[in-house]
Amino acid sequence: MLPYLAKKLAQMLPVAFFVTIIVFTLTNLLPGDPTVTILGEQASPEQRAAVRVEYGLDQPAPVRYVTWLARVAQGDFGRSLRTREDVGEMLAARIPVTLELGFLSILIAVAIGMPAGILAARFRGSLIDVAASFVAMSSVAVPYFWMGVLLIMLFSLKLGWLPPSGHVRFLDDPGGNLRLMVMPALTIGTAFAALVMRQTRASMLQVLSMDYIRTARAKGLSERLVLIRHALRNALIPIVTVIGLQIGALLGGAVVTETVFALPGLGRMLVDGIFQRDFPVIQGAILFIVIAVFAVNLLTDLLYRAFDPRVKA
Amino acid sequence: MAAVTGPMPPAAAATQHTPRSPGAIILHRILGSWQGRFGTIVLAVIVALGLLAPWLSPYSPIDIDPDAFSMPPSAAHWFGTDEIGRDVLSRVLHGATVSLQVVIFAIGLALIAGSLLGLVSGWLGGRWDALIMRIMDAFLAFPLLVLALSIVAVLGPDLVNAMLAIAITKMPGFARLVRAEVLSLREADYVVAAQASGARPFRILAKHIWPNVSGNVIVYGSLSASQALITESALSFLGLGVQPPTPSWGYMVATGIQFYQSWWMSFFPGLAIFLTVLALNFLGDAVRDAFDARLGDGHG
Repeated sequence: MLPYLAKKLAQMLPVAFFVTIIVFTLTNLLPGDPTVTILGEQASPEQRAAVRVEYGLDQPAPVRYVTWLARVAQGDFGRSLRTREDVGEMLAARIPVTLELGFLSILIAVAIGMPAGILAARFRGSLIDVAASFVAMSSVAVPYFWMGVLLIMLFSLKLGWLPPSGHVRFLDDPGGNLRLMVMPALTIGTAFAALVMRQTRASMLQVLSMDYIRTARAKGLSERLVLIRHALRNALIPIVTVIGLQIGALLGGAVVTETVFALPGLGRMLVDGIFQRDFPVIQGAILFIVIAVFAVNLLTDLLYRAFDPRVKA
Repeated sequence: MAAVTGPMPPAAAATQHTPRSPGAIILHRILGSWQGRFGTIVLAVIVALGLLAPWLSPYSPIDIDPDAFSMPPSAAHWFGTDEIGRDVLSRVLHGATVSLQVVIFAIGLALIAGSLLGLVSGWLGGRWDALIMRIMDAFLAFPLLVLALSIVAVLGPDLVNAMLAIAITKMPGFARLVRAEVLSLREADYVVAAQASGARPFRILAKHIWPNVSGNVIVYGSLSASQALITESALSFLGLGVQPPTPSWGYMVATGIQFYQSWWMSFFPGLAIFLTVLALNFLGDAVRDAFDARLGDGHG
């Protein structure tokens, strides 16, 4: 496992290098003068020059890149141009929100998608199967922001069950936190349920055709036991893999969903940073998102190898 | 995957009464499945409504009517009016061409640029291949929307830039696909033979390799179309796509959010996005199945 991990990390290194170049280039090409963002329109040329020196903006781009990379490597993402807040601290405050959103979304996706997929595979070609496929096909076609709007219209305006938007910390008020998180999590979770359902159905179908399933049935085990103990356990690996590989799509969905529900998460931080041309904030948010995607993909890969002895390192 | 195309295999040709071109056979297969028929019909209707919008729309999509702010759906305004009295139906109809235009050009551009990079990368191999593919991998490491968002932030929010941004996010996928195919094809006997007979690389790539890759490229392109539309609508939802007053579905949903009581403002444009994405998904699946059957690699 260790040599494999080393090899994998070595493969990632050049990609990560280009990622930092892309992030740096994009944020340095942002239109507008950063000193205007910091000082406003009224500042004198001398003040601007002083700020340029303070932020190192007077240096040539390659020098700034190396300085930036060295700082980021030490966990220093710089300060927001607008609020002077430390970007690392901003990340620390916002990551838990997105993490909770992601966790709840996956929970919902698995809770809906897995049973639906198992039933669709067990009763292949039946009405259940066709209906599940149809619902899955439709739910991946619903854009996140529209799903969010529909949920707010139904649960907040029509039924009055849930508050439409906002956020409280879980530690401050667990009940209130969950009430505000249900709709955002459903927004992403229902779309992901479709993916989980399809993969569950496909890998269950494959497993159910195996000899050992026939053996299990032949020795008189209950259908429930056959499906859960024998089939699902072996079908699980590709399902987990699909969820892991879609983590990037989930974070992309969080950008839109957090905007709809006014959640102070990572995605919202990125969008706000873009609108305010606050390049340290944008750099910090994007870099963290990409690192998270890398880490989860690597973890998925390792889990896959750990759980399936047939895959050799 | 390395199946040789060109003339139809005799077995498949025998089932047809009259000999047909491969294109006609693919089209026949697409329209033969209910997914393909559904996708084609819905998409055709949306395109027709979009193109005929200037004549079909009951009102102008951008004219403000001070006497009709936020009116619910009625006989005069089927989809209601928005917060400044514009007819929602007219705006939804006009929005179709805007969104579909972005999808077509973005996928087209990504297909051309990505395929060229893939051909070069796969053919040259070695250092160039490593360099190009690591850069493509770096682009793929970004979530689609996050990358598109950042590119639009740099280029500035408008229609053409949204198109470019989506094209750049989809390009690495094409490059990877084409490169992988080129790598397996360049060892094929007929390619080696062509090389031995002195054919230039450009000729080999254009005449011998591309025709065998193009099918998969078309499949990938049609499967990507719905993603491109979702990204476009998300960009315009965030205010980074098509700029007002030009009607765009995503932006209409976004403004509707500020007026929840007026549900029609965001419901109908959202429904338009949903139906179009659904149609593109069905059509994409049908195209994939049609080409799969032709390649005959057993995945159909």
